[in-house]
Amino acid sequence: MTQAPILKARGLVKRYGRVTALDNADFDLYPGEILAVIGDNGAGKSSLIKALSGAVQVDEGSIELEGKPITFSSPLGARNAGIETVYQTLALSPALSIVDNMFVGREIRKPGFMGKYLKMLDKKAMEEFAREKLSELGLMTIQNINQAVETLSGGQRQGVSVARAAAFGSKVIILDEPTAALGVKESRKVLELIQDVRSRGIPIVLISHNMPHVFEVADRIHVHRLGRRLCVVNPDDYTMSDAVAFMTGAKEPPAEAMSAA
Amino acid sequence: MSDTPKGSRKTGQDFESTLSSSDTKVAAFERKHRGVMDTIQHVLHLNPTLVPVMVLVASVLIFSLPMVTEGKFLTMFNLSLVMQQVSIIGILAAAQSLIILTAGIDLSVGALMIFSAVVMGLTGVNLGMPSFVALILGFVVAIGGGLVNGLFVTRVKLPPFIVTLGTWYIFLSILRLLTGSQSIRSQDLDAEAPFLKIFGSFISLGSARITFGVILMILVFAVLWYMLNKTAWGRHVYAIGDDKEAAELAGIKTDRMLLTVYMMAGLVVGIAAWASIGRVGSISPNAFAEANLQSITAVVIGGISLFGGRGSILGPLFGALIVGVFESGLRLAGLDVQWQVFAIGWLIILAVAIDQWIRKVSA
Repeated sequence: MTQAPILKARGLVKRYGRVTALDNADFDLYPGEILAVIGDNGAGKSSLIKALSGAVQVDEGSIELEGKPITFSSPLGARNAGIETVYQTLALSPALSIVDNMFVGREIRKPGFMGKYLKMLDKKAMEEFAREKLSELGLMTIQNINQAVETLSGGQRQGVSVARAAAFGSKVIILDEPTAALGVKESRKVLELIQDVRSRGIPIVLISHNMPHVFEVADRIHVHRLGRRLCVVNPDDYTMSDAVAFMTGAKEPPAEAMSAA
Repeated sequence: MSDTPKGSRKTGQDFESTLSSSDTKVAAFERKHRGVMDTIQHVLHLNPTLVPVMVLVASVLIFSLPMVTEGKFLTMFNLSLVMQQVSIIGILAAAQSLIILTAGIDLSVGALMIFSAVVMGLTGVNLGMPSFVALILGFVVAIGGGLVNGLFVTRVKLPPFIVTLGTWYIFLSILRLLTGSQSIRSQDLDAEAPFLKIFGSFISLGSARITFGVILMILVFAVLWYMLNKTAWGRHVYAIGDDKEAAELAGIKTDRMLLTVYMMAGLVVGIAAWASIGRVGSISPNAFAEANLQSITAVVIGGISLFGGRGSILGPLFGALIVGVFESGLRLAGLDVQWQVFAIGWLIILAVAIDQWIRKVSA
């Protein structure tokens, strides 16, 4: 890793009352890589991801995107900076259509008077763009793009959410448990999507409990434990049981993995 | 797994090796033949306003039968009268719809409307200010009232039900203190500020009397329909009502949006206040005592979900018209008007039951 990290965090601290969710956590994401973040329940993975995506504001610590310090007061701030997140809850509005969901908060308006003064949306342009993005990601089995999201299957919803992130995420895409609710075939599809996005040069942060998935796609694995980064390992050098042992505290990680952290 | 060289990791898990020969469609199921109820459920899911439209058409047809009302119902005069009668509740229901679409409820709309009308009347008549100043002050009160509700909901994080129950009492008490519970008389309005009564004026079309208030109501619905369906603001209103947390994560500043919705509702309440002066002719602090509940009734019968995020803004227009048609039809049929109250009660229960049912729709 001679390159500088694209997204870097140092000494993040987040407390909820007397509970410390993040305890001096560090984080590095390098350009073009898939970084998996693993950790036991309550290790603070979600808080780390929320801090990076602007959904949570940290008490202490700094975050840098491409070397520039940044602070996000809301998910919108992170999004505007080019960081897209697919939350475990997907953050979709069930009664709205696929197109509406993809464009929430960044709708395209009609050109000219209608758009400028009457704020009229350009539905056609948005539909075209959404259709293009969905078919790029091989999700065009969805017949009707104006269909309400609640009429889609779990995998299709996941696909819409990932497509939204991939369509707009210019710098970093964060995926929180993207395969947790999916079947074998749909998980495969999402993993292919992830590799597809990486092949376009966009780095990905993947939070997952699914070790086979993590070991399959990740370039590096960030092990989170007790609110901080324990170590970063290369999936080629360790087994899945090693990784599980590190994250549960059953085994001390080797010194070089700790120092790489 | 770990000793597999990196290059081959792309191939996936062993047990997935058969996937390459599997069906390439993702979760595309064969469309089963749908039953009648299933089809109805899907149609209603796409068009929740169909129910009120059908109820409205059916009730107009029934009341038009010669043996029911002897032809007294289906006259231009009577139909235009029904429109006039529902115009104020209709506009209030439009304001109410905005709040309910965000999964809130506003118990203060009726009181705020009277408050605003009273301020218009007091400044225009008792203080003798020009009508436009009176109107501006009335609208400041209406929008300000909406802002107060919105601030309590978004900043103090109180449930809208509690906030607006509180402000309902507060608005009522202030307006009664201001007026000493005295009405502002019609002749005083005519003498001092006739412009406040502009929406009582009408155009005659044959025997029909189209008041400006009715035209205003239709305009309000048309503008709100445009805003809700054709602008990003409108899509965000639905998104917030649907799932506020998801909307926030998806990048909507939900609290700021909610504030604009409450202020917009206040603006529409101000419009209702102005229209109500023309409709009633005078300004009474005790008028429209049931307007809060009537506006909610129109919204619910109109197929807007009380749980937010679903329904068309045009629904409450039909909902208000249904109430007006029942009232007029039953009176002309010589029946006790309590039957209208009876029927509306059932319609509310039916409307919410249908809403619950269509929420369960699946692909």
